[in-house]
Amino acid sequence: MNQFAIQTHALTKSYGRAEAVRSLNLEVPDGSICGFLGKNGAGKSTTIKMLLGICWPTSGAGTVLGASIRDARASLEARRRIGFVSEDKRLYHYMSVGQMICFTRSFYPRWRDALEQQLLRQFQLPLERKTGQLSKGMRTKLALLLALCRGADLLILDEPTEGLDPVAVEEVLQLLARAAADGATIFFSSHQIAEVEQIADRVAIIDDGRMLLQESLDDLKERYRRIQLLFDREAPWKPLDVRGIAAARAEGPAVSLLASGNIDEIVAAARSLDPVSLEVAQVNLKEIFLECVRRN
Amino acid sequence: MTIVLLFFKPNPSAPAPIYLQLMNQVKHAVEVGALKSGDQLPGIRNLAESLVVNPNTVAKAYRELEHEGVIDLRHGAGAFVKSRSAAGGKVLAAMPLVTGLVDRLKSRGLSEDEVRRLFEAALIQQEETARRR
Repeated sequence: MNQFAIQTHALTKSYGRAEAVRSLNLEVPDGSICGFLGKNGAGKSTTIKMLLGICWPTSGAGTVLGASIRDARASLEARRRIGFVSEDKRLYHYMSVGQMICFTRSFYPRWRDALEQQLLRQFQLPLERKTGQLSKGMRTKLALLLALCRGADLLILDEPTEGLDPVAVEEVLQLLARAAADGATIFFSSHQIAEVEQIADRVAIIDDGRMLLQESLDDLKERYRRIQLLFDREAPWKPLDVRGIAAARAEGPAVSLLASGNIDEIVAAARSLDPVSLEVAQVNLKEIFLECVRRN
Repeated sequence: MTIVLLFFKPNPSAPAPIYLQLMNQVKHAVEVGALKSGDQLPGIRNLAESLVVNPNTVAKAYRELEHEGVIDLRHGAGAFVKSRSAAGGKVLAAMPLVTGLVDRLKSRGLSEDEVRRLFEAALIQQEETARRR
């Protein structure tokens, strides 16, 4: 079995002179829930489209469930084991919800009827309504139902909770937790940091087409610290030449450092500045994300 | 008997990783005696769904708890609280000491927040002294 459900090497996509995705090395381990974070236009959707064979890379390589994304035939086979929800959740607008489900079911021998019935009840989807007339939230729920019921080994979801109300968001996250408990690997993009923190065990941050960071969320939180120094005078700030300082800001008597590791050495160096107070605090994903993106 | 209600929803935006938050909830329940030796913890899948967190995270919390000797993971059967650990007893026994100290600090006019910061500062100081040795 492959160690990574998704793995790319120097994956690049240009539109004319504009590079949407730049030399991306992405690794999504089997069995993980990986949150793909980035601002609007950071390159999340383009990456996902390349993984799904919807658009062709300009250069670089990648495998999804072991199949090369440049090998059309192998990639088609792999896609039978992938459930996906695209950014615009486009469905055949002339079909009703019921027809759409029947149509999709016919392609997948592992279709899960019991789950379909349960989700139809839970989501209260109107079977007769044309998918073109569904609200955004309803369309997302239908797309998720179609992705989950095919019993996929890998779910690739482009902003699955976008446009949903908080109750529906929680329902969707719960479904992802259940799919993961069934052994599925999940890769989903989002710009909602809170939901990534809640459900993901791994996070990949992309900005301006570049991968800034990908790591286990627990490791990230255990590695990063905010260090605050207070002085009884104007902060005698000079840049500390110590490995691991991701960001530093000084204002009046205060200095704030964000450290990405090597905390002991940084604290020792900071103490040599003779502050009246030195505090080390843990940070959450939002702070790390904002700092990464700001620096880029 | 497995009680999911023993757990409250972890705060994903808190700086502490979710698995640590879950571990602390179990340890707390054991320390105060809400969970007793032999009690069964909820299954990983069940707990992950009801708290809406990643099943891998629950599994990690259980693994670490087993590593620390708080619970037993019996393959296929589930997770069970071990006989109440000596650590738990020690913590409970120390409670009156702390309560007394907190009362005295409050009677000096210190706010709860100030007491909390004092405790944290004292702990950090000791940590650093230990590190320097």
